[in-house]
Amino acid sequence: MAKRAFEELTWERRLLDWVGRTLLDVADMMGRLVILCRQTIYWLKSAERRVVMQQIVEIGVNSFPVTALTSLFTGMVLALQTGFSFRKVFNEPIYVGTVVGLSLTKELGPVLTAVVIAGRVGAAIAAELGTMKVTEQIDALYTLGTNPVKYLAAPRFIACIIGIPFLTLMAIFIGIIGGGLVAVYRLGIPSGTYINEIRQIGWKEGAHGLIKSVFFAGIIVTISCFKGFTCEGGAEGVGKATTSAVVLSMVLILVLDYFLSAILVAFGIG
Amino acid sequence: MIRMVNVSKAFGTHHVLRNCSLEVKDGESLTIIGGSGTGKSVTLKLMLGLLKPDRGQIYVDDVEISKLDEDQLSETQKKMCYVFQGGALFDSLTVGENVAFGLRQLKKGTDDDIAETVSKTLNLVGLAGIERLKPAELSGGMRKRVAIARAVALSPKYLFYDEPTTGLDPIMSDVINDLIISLHKQLGTTSVTITHDMKSAYKISTHIAMLYEGGILQVDTPENIQKTTNPVLKQFITGSAEGPIKMKVRAGE
Repeated sequence: MAKRAFEELTWERRLLDWVGRTLLDVADMMGRLVILCRQTIYWLKSAERRVVMQQIVEIGVNSFPVTALTSLFTGMVLALQTGFSFRKVFNEPIYVGTVVGLSLTKELGPVLTAVVIAGRVGAAIAAELGTMKVTEQIDALYTLGTNPVKYLAAPRFIACIIGIPFLTLMAIFIGIIGGGLVAVYRLGIPSGTYINEIRQIGWKEGAHGLIKSVFFAGIIVTISCFKGFTCEGGAEGVGKATTSAVVLSMVLILVLDYFLSAILVAFGIG
Repeated sequence: MIRMVNVSKAFGTHHVLRNCSLEVKDGESLTIIGGSGTGKSVTLKLMLGLLKPDRGQIYVDDVEISKLDEDQLSETQKKMCYVFQGGALFDSLTVGENVAFGLRQLKKGTDDDIAETVSKTLNLVGLAGIERLKPAELSGGMRKRVAIARAVALSPKYLFYDEPTTGLDPIMSDVINDLIISLHKQLGTTSVTITHDMKSAYKISTHIAMLYEGGILQVDTPENIQKTTNPVLKQFITGSAEGPIKMKVRAGE
């Protein structure tokens, strides 16, 4: 009956119906995300140290190799492209250290680390919690006197908020080393010149990158936990939850990056 | 005592329970029977507070649980434990850690006390010495028994079993039935079980309730249920395809 009524609607009404439904779904998701954030923050002080340490190892330590490799080659290619481009324009590869240092510290370090972690850790969190949800392990936590947000989300939140900025710092450092190797051995820039240019980067630029990485960490862990907790429908549901957690985290990271950069620059940070 | 009074629950347009009333007395072993999708698991989850009713009241020891906030509900839930159909054991933890989980979370004793309780409880379900195994290394029957041990370790007043014998061979099913009976007798817990398995229902229950079309059709002792003249109940307990309960057996029917 309802289907027939829907088929009889004009395309304008159908469009309106679709827009309305989408807006309601988005509003519903935003509301539930805010509730999850509030509950996670409420339970932060009660998070088990042992679980937090396990998560710091899983999220921070185990993600280091892939983050290091990504940032090393990003720094190298950045130096190479900058050097060749500036050589064409200015006849010599100048400002390579400045461009590599500032790009990595303010943008590429935090954004690339967050994107890599969203793929590695965000997917793992969504898949693990999603599997727990569909196999009733989340309900089992309730029946054993444990709040799932306290036991699962709070430790992951702490681990991400600590681990991701730390990984970002390491990524910036390794990227600058990679850029330096290319600058010195491929472009023939004296190492002293490169180091002097890197030294011009101040605490404001560092703070700019690290503040952004804290927000990105919050996005990754909240979206991944939310997608895991709301997963439905067996193996297919877990797959969908994992994919949407990664895609949504990456999109939000890139969107938020612009607005955070604008706000931080407006406040004179970086 | 647990009382459901005129409880209704729907998921979207699908009405699972309509004005359903049921009472579980202390010390009783009640089994809820009914066809697939009739709302047996929903009934258990409503009693446990994992789901909220759309209408009606649910009392656990005279406390109306559907109106409680999360902390108050958590206090009431400490009296109850649920043995999930698939076990719902935590994959990342060992068997010992699974059984100890509730005890650790509710801080019931020192590490030594907890280790002793875990050992005793696993012994009670006939699985002594498997503390270090992971759930993935266990058979279906062992998983169910570990799930029962995890629930029993907390010494709950109410124990809920969701299809405890589904997917097990007849001998293992009988082992689980005997385990449920012995736990009921030894620990004095009030048990509520849902099952399709009539042999199991007759063996473990002091009372059987039939759920049909969103409400309780009849509650009686296993002996009286076997002698029933109600055509719906009779069809269900005999497992006959002919009768008032119509199943969709062909697509589009």
